[in-house]
Amino acid sequence: MNTQSNLERVLESGAFAVTSECGPPRSAAGDVILRKGLMLKHCTDAVNVTDNQTAIVRMSSLASCVLLKSIGIDPVLQMVCRDRNRIALQSDILGAAALGIDNLLCLSGDHQSFGNQPGAKNVYDIDSMQLLACARDMCENGRFISDLGEYEMDTPPSMFIGAAANPFADPSDYRVLRLAKKVNSGARFIQTQCIFNLKKFGRWMKDVRAMGLHEQVYILGGVTPLKSAGMARYMRDKVAGMDVPDSVIRRMEGLKGEAAREMGIKICVETIKKLKKMEGVSGVHIMAIEWEDAVPQIVEMAELLPRP
Amino acid sequence: MIVGERKPYEEIKSMLEGSRKILLAGCGTCVKVCFTGGDKEVALLASQLRLSAKKDKRNIHIMEMTVERQCENEFIEEIAPYVDAYDVIMSMACGAGVQMLAQRFPEKIVLPAVNTTFLGLLEKTGFFVENCQGCGNCVLGDYGGVCPVTRCAKSIFNGPCGGSQNGMCEVDPQTPCAWELIISRLRALGQLERLSKTTPPKDWSSARDGGQRKLTREEQILS
Ligand code: SF4
Ligand code: SF4
Repeated sequence: MNTQSNLERVLESGAFAVTSECGPPRSAAGDVILRKGLMLKHCTDAVNVTDNQTAIVRMSSLASCVLLKSIGIDPVLQMVCRDRNRIALQSDILGAAALGIDNLLCLSGDHQSFGNQPGAKNVYDIDSMQLLACARDMCENGRFISDLGEYEMDTPPSMFIGAAANPFADPSDYRVLRLAKKVNSGARFIQTQCIFNLKKFGRWMKDVRAMGLHEQVYILGGVTPLKSAGMARYMRDKVAGMDVPDSVIRRMEGLKGEAAREMGIKICVETIKKLKKMEGVSGVHIMAIEWEDAVPQIVEMAELLPRP
Repeated sequence: MIVGERKPYEEIKSMLEGSRKILLAGCGTCVKVCFTGGDKEVALLASQLRLSAKKDKRNIHIMEMTVERQCENEFIEEIAPYVDAYDVIMSMACGAGVQMLAQRFPEKIVLPAVNTTFLGLLEKTGFFVENCQGCGNCVLGDYGGVCPVTRCAKSIFNGPCGGSQNGMCEVDPQTPCAWELIISRLRALGQLERLSKTTPPKDWSSARDGGQRKLTREEQILS
């Protein structure tokens, strides 16, 4: 099924796709989104908008997507299962489609204990896998989850649906099977957790290819430029499901300020170049956390400009 | 069993401010087993209260009374003859026991001395963990005897999430990831294929989301 998504168009054309990410502000400042968007527009095919990432209250992902869309960006609406039940999630999918949002990324969401509202009640009515299946069923069959009246929409949403995968989390031998489940549930593209451990990612890709999954789903490898050795250690020790090998930390060690940032970008570009050569990897997803202005440089250095 | 934890002493003391005659009611079942609200804990709290009243030069009278099960009418009848003589009843049972007393003695103030925490088991001496949320439609058979509703911090049915690391949950590195346990249990049982299909959304209407739940035993009503 084809949608209006630019990301889908690029991937279907066989080009190596570039997506990035934009974190909405912790305020009502819409211009922040627009400023970040303008930085990313010429060097990406689509831009993800995080959904109250790390469980910190931010401007809504859907509203921010609409702002990005207004300046000609193809936004990817991230949707987590933490804050809304199936009624709200399905309703937001309809609303997003009506507002011209063409990409959807289904996620579990970081637990609220990590954020600034640890006393919040979490929802988790459905999980990310069930949200995928739900979105696909809405798009392809015009149906809601187990609708008692068997209601069929006359205008179903049309969206390019994706999911996340973490090649580094445990149990490692089950991770590829879980990816297969996501593909069967409707994921057409996958954005992975940040790749610092290329060896481990390579092993995961080998298993992915062995199951033929790379032919059923577009896999975009996640990368993040490091700003400092401190950030590298923080990600290794404090961010759930992250694998930052000592070799990477050693390269960052001792470097300060601009020199550290340069090294971070260098490592990131090297990773992208290696991913480009890996069979079954269809693109890269650059997550420059609160450092969106590094993305144009990274994409250029990785020889991925101009975008198709 | 139902596990509870006694409230902090200061909170109990402030709830009882102004009460002179206190009936302190324990329960001899679940909360006794988890050392929270049985006869021994009732005695302990009572002496704590008496001591601090003495220190503050206040005059109080406490009656200690622990019944077999505070959540059953039959057992709380033992308390009934004494209730009139007291200003308040402070219950050391779970939330069900407290409400049983409130229902049976509508003219009395009934206060909780315990925070009812969960339905769980004793994992090792002095250490209790939650195992069941009473979702009303048990799926333990599909998940190798490990409850995804309760033991996964996100109640994920198609886990694990991306935060599972070294067998532990992203929310707390001291808590095993439920999905790590489910997968290893099913693997050991040769039933890993149970997880190959996506589990559809759960019907939560049998859980607390459907409102207060009831159980009717027709045969008992008739007899
Ligand atoms: S599936 Fe439901 S009933 Fe069974 S252990 Fe879990 S919460 Fe309890
Ligand atoms: S780490 Fe495991 S137990 Fe914790 S939320 Fe994720 S899947 Fe659930």
